[in-house]
Amino acid sequence: MVLTKQHSEFIAVGRLAFIPHASGVLFEPYERLLIVSDLHLEKGSSIARRGALLPPYDTRDTLNRLSAVIDGLKPKIIISLGDTWHDGKGPSRMSDRDNEVFASLRKHADWILIAGNHDPHPPEDLAALVTDEIEIGGVTFRHEPTTDDQSPEIAGHLHPVAKIRAKGRSIRRKCFISNGHRCIIPAFGSYTGGLNVLDAAFDPLFSDRNFLTHIVSANQIFVVGPHSLVCD
Amino acid sequence: MILPEPFAEWFATRGWQPRPHQLALVTKASQGLSTLLVAPTGAGKTLAGFLPTLVDLASLSPTALKKRGLHTLYISPLKALAVDIARNLETPVSEMKLPFTIETRTGDTPAHKRTRQAEKPPHILLTTPEQLALLLAHRNARELFANLNTIILDELHALVTSKRGDLLALDLARLHRLSPKINTIGLSATVREPIELQRYLVAQHPNQKHYAELVTVEGGAKAKIGILKSAKRLPLAGHTALASMSEIYKAIQAHHMTLVFVNTRMQAEFVFQELWKRNEASLPIALHHGSLDVGQRRKVEAAMVTGKLRSIVCTATLDLGIDWGDVDLVINVGAPKGASRLMQRIGRSNHRFDEPSEALLVPANRFEALECQAALGAVEAAAQDTPDARIGALDVLAQHILGMACADGFKPDELYSEICTASPYSNLSRKDFDRTLDFAATGGYALRAYEHFAKIKQNRDGIWRIATPRAAQQYRMNIGTIVESTMLKVRLGRMTKAGTPARGGRVLGEVEDYFAEGLVFGDTFIFAGEILRFEGLIGNEVIVARATKGVDPKIPAYAGGKFPLSTFLAERVRAMLSSEKSWHVLPPEVSEWLHWQKEKSILPKSNELLVESFPSGDRHYLALYPFEGRLAHQTLGVLLTKRLERARMKPLGFVCNDYGLCVWAIRDLSAAMNDNILSLDALLDEDMLGDDLEEWLAESSIMKRAFRYCAVISGLIERRHPGKEKSGKQVTVSTDLVYDVLRRHEPDHILLKAARADAAAGLLDLKRLGDMLKRIRGNLVYKALEKVSPLSVAVLLEIGREAVYGEAAEDLLADAEKSLLNEAIG
Repeated sequence: MVLTKQHSEFIAVGRLAFIPHASGVLFEPYERLLIVSDLHLEKGSSIARRGALLPPYDTRDTLNRLSAVIDGLKPKIIISLGDTWHDGKGPSRMSDRDNEVFASLRKHADWILIAGNHDPHPPEDLAALVTDEIEIGGVTFRHEPTTDDQSPEIAGHLHPVAKIRAKGRSIRRKCFISNGHRCIIPAFGSYTGGLNVLDAAFDPLFSDRNFLTHIVSANQIFVVGPHSLVCD
Repeated sequence: MILPEPFAEWFATRGWQPRPHQLALVTKASQGLSTLLVAPTGAGKTLAGFLPTLVDLASLSPTALKKRGLHTLYISPLKALAVDIARNLETPVSEMKLPFTIETRTGDTPAHKRTRQAEKPPHILLTTPEQLALLLAHRNARELFANLNTIILDELHALVTSKRGDLLALDLARLHRLSPKINTIGLSATVREPIELQRYLVAQHPNQKHYAELVTVEGGAKAKIGILKSAKRLPLAGHTALASMSEIYKAIQAHHMTLVFVNTRMQAEFVFQELWKRNEASLPIALHHGSLDVGQRRKVEAAMVTGKLRSIVCTATLDLGIDWGDVDLVINVGAPKGASRLMQRIGRSNHRFDEPSEALLVPANRFEALECQAALGAVEAAAQDTPDARIGALDVLAQHILGMACADGFKPDELYSEICTASPYSNLSRKDFDRTLDFAATGGYALRAYEHFAKIKQNRDGIWRIATPRAAQQYRMNIGTIVESTMLKVRLGRMTKAGTPARGGRVLGEVEDYFAEGLVFGDTFIFAGEILRFEGLIGNEVIVARATKGVDPKIPAYAGGKFPLSTFLAERVRAMLSSEKSWHVLPPEVSEWLHWQKEKSILPKSNELLVESFPSGDRHYLALYPFEGRLAHQTLGVLLTKRLERARMKPLGFVCNDYGLCVWAIRDLSAAMNDNILSLDALLDEDMLGDDLEEWLAESSIMKRAFRYCAVISGLIERRHPGKEKSGKQVTVSTDLVYDVLRRHEPDHILLKAARADAAAGLLDLKRLGDMLKRIRGNLVYKALEKVSPLSVAVLLEIGREAVYGEAAEDLLADAEKSLLNEAIG
């Protein structure tokens, strides 16, 4: 596995090339395949059950943003890479309005729901396919990344963020982290935090810190290598 | 009035005369009147406060005394002060053989003792506002306070300026309701508007203001204050006071015990370090500031009380009240910022009433020399500049509502009228109360999603009660209004064989997380009086090593102190600037600098705002001198930059201090002004506080920070408790994310309103900026210059410490990207 130091706006994984979108989703333009991860829908209400009554608008907010992305990219297939809901009972707590929005997002595209650790059994009736993982074009899509170096993969789960520091200031943003063989995509949910890509959790996945990050910011993507990043 | 026995005799055997104000307090109390006692330090304020209680308790028969429950509550802002006062009170009580029970109750009091205190209280209980709130939320509160006779509020001037003052006011309102005949006694240093404190002490009623009585003790001997004269010339900018360090050391040598006050802990570290470099006589000089380890602070305090120290370098942590022994000199390094604050600091020296305090002011730069001189004038005129009375915060109200639901519940109508008797909340609208109540219950969202998770519920009888034991537990854990910025422990580490840092050594203290975030491996900084090298972050700890000798510390940028220059001192500084006659008292380099400014540019009259424009390098600058304090200038800087951007002047950044600000741009500002493309009047129009402000605020970190504090205080999210933080993957939701979502979906939510009020008053200083914009209407003086002006140099030297907001973040990312590109090409 060789990481070319080429400065590219594409993210290559195996034989496929993806466009990292500034919203934090991946897009494959030939098959019109959109990949989004870690929506964590109903995280607010999940936490509310434990006493912190956070604004119950996170599901609406997440779906609104996703809806705008879908309107722009017009995908045929949407893969949600797991943790679509923050907990197993999440789907039953969605409001009617949010259910309607979610239904409208399924009208023009086929959804593939990958099971995540937060939602190991996503509802079957909301997607064309519910599965633990799926292979397309030689690339495996799953929730938790593996250390398997044989088959290329795209995963979520870790909520990668990158932090850079310059001129006495630091900025911490969601990012894609990839090395040509593996790509981990950022969490899309409105209430999702992140884990710095320099954290030890990423080490076994990207040996010798041989990776590139595509940092998501406002309406742009910035490509930054590991040497320009700092720890939390 | 004559004191009854055994008090008269006790005073006599000690050869003392009861002071008139001490007698006055006993008289007022016997007439059932609440009283505010305003007195300078050393006037026997504390004894005066307790005397009515002691006299009343002494009049009871032994059996009545035995049956008497809680008689007096004493509330202090510091738990150390409560403990100290209890100790001091023991002396007269035991000498007069009075069988009264006196106890303290703080966060350190063991749980079993606190339980016992709630069931069988002492006659006199000394505690803090937070503990009082907990007691009032207790199921027994009604019985516990039913016969409360007196409540003494110490250091009231300091308490009322913060949200703690709001919390205490709400608790006071409840106490007034539980025992309507209660007597309140407020003890305060001299303030600008004692009438506000008089209102605070008694229950307010609609359409009518009520006031406590006022007893004032005039100042004792006049303080001897001077400005330190340094052999070296004062620099134009900077805050280190390095030029005066030898003189400071000499002054310490010449005195018995010196307190050296500075404005920030970084300054404290620096001054401490520099004094030790000069400490040939090895004088015991210590350091005291808020981020040092508590154990270490207590050690310093103990050493001071026993007279083992010659000097302590300290921050505002020693501003308040404990009698630290025989201080005979107070040195204030840097700008005093406010006349009242300065007087209270000076009062720390010679705690005896009739001897003069001695103090030295040490300006660190030329603007500060002006400010010190202005402060000197203010102290001589005994002028005060304590802040305005607060408007009660809604997040504190939400916390209080939860507490009252924990007690024995409430009916909304009754609670609302009770809360309106608290002076900070006397103008609270019923609508805001109802919305806050709704918030406390279910979050108060228009989308009513959480009815079944409600924290408080209304029963059929119309009474609101806490819904679950967990909600009550959460309330108790969350009590209080002090939200610490996230602090990280600083620990001496060791290197493992693999060359990575590991925990090992002792904890030196704490730093704010933003400071730690800015550190990279190998950075050196001064902390706890040592030069340390940053090794890495492990969990919530900053691991450091002692730096090798001779290494220069990388001192972090001076944050300018927490307190902006007071409006009152600002006026005096402006007046001084405009009157050449007053300059002879200033150091020669300062008056020379002002003369130079007059010659090259303009010195504005005291009601005018001077604006200069000039080129320098390949930039064009706009310099303004409002003298309205750093916070207001920062807000003005952001808004001006926005306006210049819209006028296509391509602004790049701005810099400010307490006295002025400079904005710089790519386009020629002088030319634009000359060609009437740019109008100063339009640029500085009051309408900048409209849409421009809102647009910026929505995205700014200032609102996010304010929101975080409100979210914690109001109980929306749980407070972090030291040692209980979860490390690694985040299990909670960052309040920044919550803020973004709430703002997008319910922008008029009550918590956003609370955050907005805090930001406007605190970090943005909007009122002051608004007043300034009004004041300068028609009073703008403008000068186009060929090059930088003498005044502007002193502001410009702060460059590198501020940056343009928003866009700049993208620039940084672009830079980082560019460097990668270079790496790839090269």
